[in-house]
Amino acid sequence: MMRRLAAQSAAELSLTLRRGESLLVTLGIPVIALVFLSEIRLLPTGPGRPVSFLGPGMLALAIMGTALVNLSIATGFERGYGVLKRLGATPLGRPALLGAKLGAVVAVEALQAVVLVGVGMALGWRPSAAGAAAAVGVVLLATAGLGGIGLVLAGVLRPEANLAAANGLWLVLLLVSGMLAPLSKLPAGLADVARLLPSAALADALHRSLSTSTPVAVESWVVLAAWAVGAPLLAAVTFRWE
Amino acid sequence: MASRPLSDHGTGPAVECRDLVVRYGSVTAVDGLSFTAEAGQVLAVLGPNGAGKTSTVETLEGYRRPAEGIVRVLGWDPVADHRSVVSRIGVMLQRGGVYPTMAPRQVLRLFSHYFDDPEDPDALLDVVRLRPVASTPWKRLSGGEQQRLSLALALVGKPAVLFLDEPTAGVDPEGRLAIRQIVAEQRDRGCCVVLTTHELAEAERLADDVLIVAHGRQAARGSPRSLARRATDPAISFHAPARLDLASLAAAAGTSVDEVSEPEPGHFRIRGAPTPTRVAALTGWLAEQNVPMSDLQTSGASLEEAYLQVIAEADR
Repeated sequence: MMRRLAAQSAAELSLTLRRGESLLVTLGIPVIALVFLSEIRLLPTGPGRPVSFLGPGMLALAIMGTALVNLSIATGFERGYGVLKRLGATPLGRPALLGAKLGAVVAVEALQAVVLVGVGMALGWRPSAAGAAAAVGVVLLATAGLGGIGLVLAGVLRPEANLAAANGLWLVLLLVSGMLAPLSKLPAGLADVARLLPSAALADALHRSLSTSTPVAVESWVVLAAWAVGAPLLAAVTFRWE
Repeated sequence: MASRPLSDHGTGPAVECRDLVVRYGSVTAVDGLSFTAEAGQVLAVLGPNGAGKTSTVETLEGYRRPAEGIVRVLGWDPVADHRSVVSRIGVMLQRGGVYPTMAPRQVLRLFSHYFDDPEDPDALLDVVRLRPVASTPWKRLSGGEQQRLSLALALVGKPAVLFLDEPTAGVDPEGRLAIRQIVAEQRDRGCCVVLTTHELAEAERLADDVLIVAHGRQAARGSPRSLARRATDPAISFHAPARLDLASLAAAAGTSVDEVSEPEPGHFRIRGAPTPTRVAALTGWLAEQNVPMSDLQTSGASLEEAYLQVIAEADR
């Protein structure tokens, strides 16, 4: 089991890093947005330096790009190419395959965190070390929830339709999330919807733990945990392997 | 009670289907098929598209559950004992199944990690003659190279049973020769090989045993030679563009329309004595229609002839 998991994890990571186009959504856009929007005050990011708001926000965006968009698109195409079906007739097993995919996602997220925190600090962000543990917990929960959503799409849609859907969802979740500006700037009804989404809970939780050194809101933990359980379960039920 | 891996103890068939029924919704793809295949035997499953070949093989591979009947691989139930089965079988899907950006050496190494006692990936590259393209991504390989890589992936785990779905489809003559040799070697080392194919000449060369399936049922079973001998009806067969007018073809050949059939698109068969006069009339008619023809055959004793006869009877 461990040998299979290790080999598959290395393969998944190598496949991920080789997909050049995926770097755009996982690193390119979050880094460019962080630099541009921190230096040019376009957005009502609230009191304090814009980078203190946008740092956690763009980290949340990057996590979403990896756990939802990247995982979903790659899995959708693997399904379309018959790779998942073929793996089903090997001793690899579903737990090792899922574990390897999760491992690759978390490894890329660690890389994203290093890059974005580094760029943010260069722009004057001073993330709280005390909030780091909470932030890691939040990211892991959000990864399960967002990854589950991505796998629901990948397991049902044709690969090309899934590509469009995952990117479209990424944009919607970015706009309705509190990643670019506080949720209070959204119309009340929309903000209420946003609070139920894993993207907004992730952004708010990272903002609190890393920038304002306040405890993560209980509602955020509840929303993230609910998605972390519900979305993978739905994916397990709906996923069609071929 | 857990099913025992009988064949690993030297008893029982390597592969067994008993009254297998496979359904997709209201469509019955396999309708009561029974057969066995032994270790050291190559079984070719033949039949037209939609006959139920792939459904049968995929049930044996554990991809679908039988609606009725029993399947066993090495004595195991492919669904309930999935882990045991997949460690002892090699599978070649009809198409795809490989990461498009991975090169043969990389994907062979990856697959070798799935098994406890795998073949050496580099040695396999030589076996399937892919060393020159060992570092070329799958998506840039030719169709034949992709097929050979799929075959190599099926061999990585030193399987006791090999399932090959259309292994020679899209493969050039040299590649076919390589695949034929590999199948023969696997048989000689005691592997049970179950392959589906459309290519009758291929089956005639490769298989010890042939199962012809039509409409999800067994239409004929036997060695290629015994089946060929059965096809004693004299007939003319040839290839031409699909959907020629059978009535006027029959009239040209001087026979009734009942004696003329198109068992597969573009493959025509006229029952009756293949006299020179009839052949001349037939080719004259084709010349009038200005259509090309190929593979004109007047004999009866080939697997192809037997196959066409069996399928035509099953359709009647």
